Amino acid sequence: MMNIFEILFDLLLAFVILWLAVRTVYIHNLFESIMSFIGFGLFMSIAWLRLGSIDLALAEAALGSGISGALLLMAKKKLSDCAVENKSYKESSNG
Amino acid sequence: MDKTNQFHSFWGITLIVLVCLFGGMLFWSLWHIPEYSEGLSAMVTKHMPDSGVKSEVTAILLNFRGYDTLLEVAVLFAALLGAYQISPMHLDKSMVQSNPIMLYLIQYLVPIIILVSGYILWLGGHAAGGAFQAGAVLAGAGVLLLIVRPDSLNLKHSVYLNFILIIGPLIFTLFAFLPILTGGTILEYPRQLVGIMILLIEAASTLSIGFTLMLLFAGGRPPSGDN
Amino acid sequence: MNLPFFYACFGILIFLIGLIGLTLQPHILKKLISLNIMGSGIFLVFVALAKRAGLSADPIPHAMVLTGLVVSVSATALGIILAIRVKQLYGKAELPEDGR
Repeated sequence: MMNIFEILFDLLLAFVILWLAVRTVYIHNLFESIMSFIGFGLFMSIAWLRLGSIDLALAEAALGSGISGALLLMAKKKLSDCAVENKSYKESSNG
Repeated sequence: MDKTNQFHSFWGITLIVLVCLFGGMLFWSLWHIPEYSEGLSAMVTKHMPDSGVKSEVTAILLNFRGYDTLLEVAVLFAALLGAYQISPMHLDKSMVQSNPIMLYLIQYLVPIIILVSGYILWLGGHAAGGAFQAGAVLAGAGVLLLIVRPDSLNLKHSVYLNFILIIGPLIFTLFAFLPILTGGTILEYPRQLVGIMILLIEAASTLSIGFTLMLLFAGGRPPSGDN
Repeated sequence: MNLPFFYACFGILIFLIGLIGLTLQPHILKKLISLNIMGSGIFLVFVALAKRAGLSADPIPHAMVLTGLVVSVSATALGIILAIRVKQLYGKAELPEDGR
């Protein structure tokens, strides 16, 4: 029913998505983690195409990889240089 | 330090064991699912001529299961309201990346992106596409403008911005509850106007979704419109 | 094992990877990313089980997963705004290490 090329393609796609997911969760550097997440979204878009739904592939590429990746990168920049406004909370949490 | 290491490794082992147990339960339940099941595709194909569009996913999203989509548009609006409550918009000068290459590029990119968004919206009627994909692409154009040249957008608390943000949920709710006046149930569109109503709902939702996602990227409520 | 069950098992694996990431990572942004990965795994299972009928895939789970994708992106956006607010108030966006 399924020829050898389809089986190979599915196995390769599954391996790449698994590798990107493990890399996203395991790496300690936040920037590399976000990059892996964006790549994970793009390969997930190919997986939706393989499962027969073009709308989901469009939506995953635009929303899951594009907008979500942009949001996370903006959050990383904002978290690394936003000023802490309330010093008393910080001191009371250490004591 | 040795005690905290043993403490950590005890909880680490427990986590791995619990995840393996949970995964085993999921795989075991997957084993018992029947191998062939047609699902609801036959029922959808039977009712497609009544739905007013030619694409199955758009018909399901806006006609057969329109209630889910109505609540989803409301969820986006609620997320924006939550973002408005928590913090003001935090797009300050340090996040603006206006170098000459980007300034030149967005003159060509942003109109093309808006055109592509409108095309995907129109395509949703007879092929893969629709309001959410078009709204996401429009939000991409908005994000690009916010990063490169924010003063061209000039976001502040005005009635025009609030109107664009509310037009999607408003039109959808209006068209959903309108049949009550003529004696039907909600979301029961009149038979000869289905196609044009779905197109209007999708167009309004695209505008709203694009601007909502753009404001969620900007991080909160825009500054007040006095200055 | 044919195509739908292969993708369903694979979706369960992605869900478990996201679950481990959610519990083990202390940084709030990493937790949000792991939550997104869990969501993608669940959507994979759902759409894979919709393709059991062969070539004519059942379109209703496609629409439901589309809704779920948009809701998950908006929840991620709200979570990011909350994380930035936590950093502004408390000084860091990580959970404390000693398990308090």
